[in-house]
Amino acid sequence: MATFLGIDYPSWWFLLIGAVFSGYAILDGFDLGAGAWHLFFRKEKSRRIALNAVGPVWDGNEVWLVIGGGALFAGFPHVYATLFSAMYIPFMLFLLFLILRAISIEFRSKEEMKWWRKLWDTTYSVASIALALALGIVLGNVLQGMDIGPDKEFAGSWLEFLNPYAFLVGFTTLALFMMHGAIYLLMKTEGRLYAKLTVLLKRGIIAFVILFSITSLYTLIYIPHLSDDFKSQPALFIVPVLTFLAIANIPRLSAKRKFRQAFFFSALSIAFLLVLVAIELYPTMLLSTLDPTYSIDVYNAASSEKSLGIMLIFAAIGIPLVGGYTYFVYKTFAGKVELDEMSY
Amino acid sequence: MDVEILARIQFAFTIAFHYIYPPLSIGLGLIMVIMEGQYLRTGNKVYETLARFWTKIFALTFGIGVATGIVMEFEFGTNWATYSRYVGDVFGSALAAEGIFAFALESGFLGVLLFGWNRVSSKVHFIATLGVWLGSMFSAVWIVIANSWQQTPAGYHIVGEGVEARAEITDFWAMVFNPSSVDRLLHVWIGAFLAGAFLVLSVHAYYLLKGKHVELSKKAFKIALGVAIVFSLAQLATGHSSAEGVAENQPAKLAALEGHFDSLAVADMYLVGWVDKKEQKVTGIKVPGGLSFLTHWDFEEPVKGLNYFPEDERPTALNAIFQFYHLMVAIGMILIGLSLYAGWLWWRGRLFDHRWLLRIFVGAVLLPQVANQVGWFAAEMGRQPWVVYGHLRTSDALSKVVTANQVLFSLIMFTIVYVLLFGLFVYLLNKKIKHGPEEPKLMDKRPRQKAMVN
Repeated sequence: MATFLGIDYPSWWFLLIGAVFSGYAILDGFDLGAGAWHLFFRKEKSRRIALNAVGPVWDGNEVWLVIGGGALFAGFPHVYATLFSAMYIPFMLFLLFLILRAISIEFRSKEEMKWWRKLWDTTYSVASIALALALGIVLGNVLQGMDIGPDKEFAGSWLEFLNPYAFLVGFTTLALFMMHGAIYLLMKTEGRLYAKLTVLLKRGIIAFVILFSITSLYTLIYIPHLSDDFKSQPALFIVPVLTFLAIANIPRLSAKRKFRQAFFFSALSIAFLLVLVAIELYPTMLLSTLDPTYSIDVYNAASSEKSLGIMLIFAAIGIPLVGGYTYFVYKTFAGKVELDEMSY
Repeated sequence: MDVEILARIQFAFTIAFHYIYPPLSIGLGLIMVIMEGQYLRTGNKVYETLARFWTKIFALTFGIGVATGIVMEFEFGTNWATYSRYVGDVFGSALAAEGIFAFALESGFLGVLLFGWNRVSSKVHFIATLGVWLGSMFSAVWIVIANSWQQTPAGYHIVGEGVEARAEITDFWAMVFNPSSVDRLLHVWIGAFLAGAFLVLSVHAYYLLKGKHVELSKKAFKIALGVAIVFSLAQLATGHSSAEGVAENQPAKLAALEGHFDSLAVADMYLVGWVDKKEQKVTGIKVPGGLSFLTHWDFEEPVKGLNYFPEDERPTALNAIFQFYHLMVAIGMILIGLSLYAGWLWWRGRLFDHRWLLRIFVGAVLLPQVANQVGWFAAEMGRQPWVVYGHLRTSDALSKVVTANQVLFSLIMFTIVYVLLFGLFVYLLNKKIKHGPEEPKLMDKRPRQKAMVN
């Protein structure tokens, strides 16, 4: 099997897709988190500033989801097909909320009427919360495994996806994004909204730490297969330790009001958490709870070597470009939000 | 209803709705690039005002385009899992390329295009507009390549048998330049330019009729008319070239487009007609031997008709395909006539003298939209019963685990959401048009606040 730097192509794609979804979680994570806080802001002006803090970037952030979806389709068609058809109803609802979030950002400030703005503010916030929850629920189910039959097709009922562990991961994700989003907003705001956010951030951090601890314990006790890799290779313990250190830096830096650095560490925490997920799963991508031999892994799901090789070239060309645009946009809109006649 | 028909209705409905918007983004993008280019070249503020005005409308179409576009990417996996497994190796790479090369460019620069007016110089802003436009053009490239591969597969081989069979890529460039991709891409691009141009023509014709924003509207009208003249004519060429490709690569589709039944006979070309599938006959106004002439440059040369193909390898919705195709062609001709006539008046210096012509232009905005829609319907329905021409049947491409009720649920959900969305779109578009362009206030050139919190 062809390798690049000693790693075979399917494993590269596992890493790359993992990196793209981490990018998505970090970037859209703060949009969703900011959206989840939206109704906590009472004043019209505050809401507009919060909305315009994500205004120029949310669309670019969502691209990471599109790239991730496309890469999954191309790199691991069986994972894409099995997961998406199994989670038909959850994914349809996910799409619904994605549309609702997009249009509420777009439409909210187009009319002056109070009811109009209230309607879209509520839709925006509810959709953001639902999306964060849904991402966590999908992740929770992927971690636990699902009823996959010998033909790589899902053999259960979609109602199984609504289980306590999935909800636990869902709420943890929501709390993580809300913490991350609050820090982002603190970098973009000033005055009363800023003061209010410092209070909200404290609550967000507490909620996240509690939920994260429960999820970790639950995982260790009830889903032992996820810690197998750590037991067999103790060197990997460095990852949870680094994750813990990254998370610990968030309250420390927030207390000193160094929000830029805190944001760096909350982004790092998200990345480390997903590295943990990747280690727990690899080489399995969709674990079968019916029979482990039915599981879909990076090898039996991957596209041909030829196809993966072509797309590695795409990635080598494309990722620096995407990085470049992203840098340019964030640089253009660096600093506190200023509203003008073109704002949302 | 069974899963297949529901899933097909859902795909058709969601893609048709989505396809209202991307052509507008591509077409308006082109016109905004011209407007901003003119501003940079001449320094005339009018062009900047125009570009700013159209940016706001662009934002509306782009936003809905993105929101409804992600649905499409997910729908392959949710509704067409077997298809996804079959084509992922080939089709997936085109889709991934769209994400990384096109969509990222588009969405990355969008923020600067929409909100950067007061933050970056007009040159940098022009680059952002160009970036967004090129991104939308590249999106079309990869999506049309992916679809064209389904129409005329190339650069692949089939591995495995029966339910395990799937297509694997063997030659990337052969896949990219499959026999229909270039013709169809040009046809799609130009269809999009016309959609954008006719929207601009419509809005500014409306202002001219109302006597509002007159000077500015005349400039914008001329820019868009230039685009309309060049590309309505060019569309005739790409359309013809596309049809030749269909004749060569998808003869059953060609036969369906013209309602040509006899298995090997001289084929007529209809201007209008009605297809009776049972009687295997078309009633209408025709050019005898016209199709033979257009495919072989010979009125006497026989063309393969529908009966040449096994019954289960022919498209079924014959009259619909015929009507959609002919409507598209007829609209193309009307657009050429309208653009050329207006161009002639422009040359004579009497472009804005006829109110009736301006009224026609107000309504003509719908024509390219309808042509784009029915053209795709003819192309996709003409490909049936295949989803990958000659290899995978649409009925075999579904998700095995998804039930009719689930599809029905999502279909109802999308119908409700999209109807609301369309209503809001029309309302807000109308509002923006009524509000009209405004002279920019004194530019806010305050230095950007760099100080961060720490």
